[in-house]
Amino acid sequence: MNSATMFGYCGAMLVGLGLFGLVTNPEILRKILAFNVLGSGVFLLFGVIARRGAAAGLGADPVPQALVITGIVVAFSATAMAVALLVRFNKETGEITMSSDAPSDSGRSEERR
Amino acid sequence: MTPDANIFADVTSADGYLLVLAVIFPVIGILLTMAFGGQHVERIALGLLLAGLAVAIAILAAVLRDDQSLVYIVGNWRPPLGIALRADGVSAAMIMTIAVVICATGFYARGEFGQPDASVSTRGSYTFWILLLGIWSGLNAIAVGADLFNLYVALELLTFAAVPLVCLKGYQETIKAALRYMLFALVGSILYLLGTALIYGGYGTLDISLLAARVQPEPVAFIAAALMTTGLLAKTALFPLHLWLPPAHAGAPAPGSAILSALVVKGSFILIVRLWFDAMPGLLTFATAQLLATLGAGAILFGSVLALRQTRLKLLIAYSTIAQIGYLFFIFPLASGDSASTPWASIAWTGGWLQLFSHAFAKAAMFMAAGLIAEAVGHDQIPDLGGVGRALPVTVFAFGLAGLSLMGVPPSGGFVAKWMLLSAAVMEGQWWWAVIMLVGGLLAGGYVFMVLGKALSTNGSLTLRVPIPQHRQAIVLAVALCAVLLGLMPLQPSGLLMIGRPEMHTNVLE
Repeated sequence: MNSATMFGYCGAMLVGLGLFGLVTNPEILRKILAFNVLGSGVFLLFGVIARRGAAAGLGADPVPQALVITGIVVAFSATAMAVALLVRFNKETGEITMSSDAPSDSGRSEERR
Repeated sequence: MTPDANIFADVTSADGYLLVLAVIFPVIGILLTMAFGGQHVERIALGLLLAGLAVAIAILAAVLRDDQSLVYIVGNWRPPLGIALRADGVSAAMIMTIAVVICATGFYARGEFGQPDASVSTRGSYTFWILLLGIWSGLNAIAVGADLFNLYVALELLTFAAVPLVCLKGYQETIKAALRYMLFALVGSILYLLGTALIYGGYGTLDISLLAARVQPEPVAFIAAALMTTGLLAKTALFPLHLWLPPAHAGAPAPGSAILSALVVKGSFILIVRLWFDAMPGLLTFATAQLLATLGAGAILFGSVLALRQTRLKLLIAYSTIAQIGYLFFIFPLASGDSASTPWASIAWTGGWLQLFSHAFAKAAMFMAAGLIAEAVGHDQIPDLGGVGRALPVTVFAFGLAGLSLMGVPPSGGFVAKWMLLSAAVMEGQWWWAVIMLVGGLLAGGYVFMVLGKALSTNGSLTLRVPIPQHRQAIVLAVALCAVLLGLMPLQPSGLLMIGRPEMHTNVLE
């Protein structure tokens, strides 16, 4: 097994772990962390693809590296925004999970305030 | 020369710079706001809305005049190394729809987020106008994107602008709704990115037209397509991944709801169509298309039935969005596969897009009407709306006109769209989709009349908390009329929507 294949398996494992965490954890912060684990797996996969040099037939392909930098920036902003929302949610409700009930008829919220 | 160089014969068109303008105009607005300060945000945004509308008209005119796609090669670096922007007929029509809905919403939103006193800048209005411009840029970038990774960035721009719009008011429920939306969007975007990685690994390009020539029906393509589609379905809120939509769309301020429901969910839908029809045309098998349409059918039935059970007007409209999104997915079985060579495929293609455009106008009008009603009455509980038809006749009339389009009753764009899809389903021997569409139309009639019946009843004693100026009602009516005017389209494949799709029949049916 060469190193690219090994990193490929690692990436696949991270993706699997992240997906599992996203689906099974009720706590929102853990979901966000699981998203980051999943994201790391995807980024690792980009690295593996760059190593294989699929496009140019070179030793390494720069395109996936350019893509992965953008991907990391996007994932970072997404995490920041999700955490900001979570902090605000926690401040308002004191909860760390979302009850999975369907949207209720929470009528006249505008008048309550 | 590689064979790809011949396939990719595109060069920047004479008017290609318009595509760049469509994407960067809104961003310029955001930058100007930051330079000049929040107290000018409304004037800057409104000025750019008009400029952007002019660009959209110019793009549509250029595509119609040249009868071919507009192309812009960024930095003159050709794909596969560079990135192309491409606007075919569908993109041009989409950009036009986006511009009209955003402009109407912008002028409507002056009532809620306007800055009559130029010296003050409130956080709410500042954020709203910035987000509106951000959403516009993201949507235009999706409409002209021709590179899967570029489209990913556009999709993320759209999501990051759309999620805060949900919780602009900062209530507890809206923050919860925004968080739920965000989590769905996170999963959706990362699955899409994973698929992009696999495609690049397999085929060494992300340019859509290059991929169309390279992709083979093999495991890597199927896995990538499945991952990307699942991710995009979560963002489009197709049943059963729709859970986030009703609280998010119902909780946003009215102009926000209009944009989210009319345009934002369509952004990811366009990507699904681009993926299956443009990037991987060989992969769309009968079973895949049937599966996507089955989910659409589930959305129509589920969304409509739940809409009937709502007591809040905005939630009803949000559930109706879930149902109307379902119709869009009939484009997959009806415009592809064995039927792609028949004229009925191009009928279904036209019908599917027309459904998207007319729903955009109709749903924007409905949410704006609901916003005016809520503003005037102080709530949006349907059972207590008796007599609102007398107090706000123009608004309720606009709501009714938009309802025609949702039901698929002439004269309306929704009627033409559903009639085209229906005839294509029958003529291609896929009658089961026709049955679903008819049932969906009846259910839509049920929930629209539920609201109208209550609003037009005379036995309510309703007093308006605040008077609603006529010009805001006129904007709602104008948007609803756009949905009706689409109903004047001839019942034949649209020439505009076929531009850039040479493989489809454009001949008129006798």
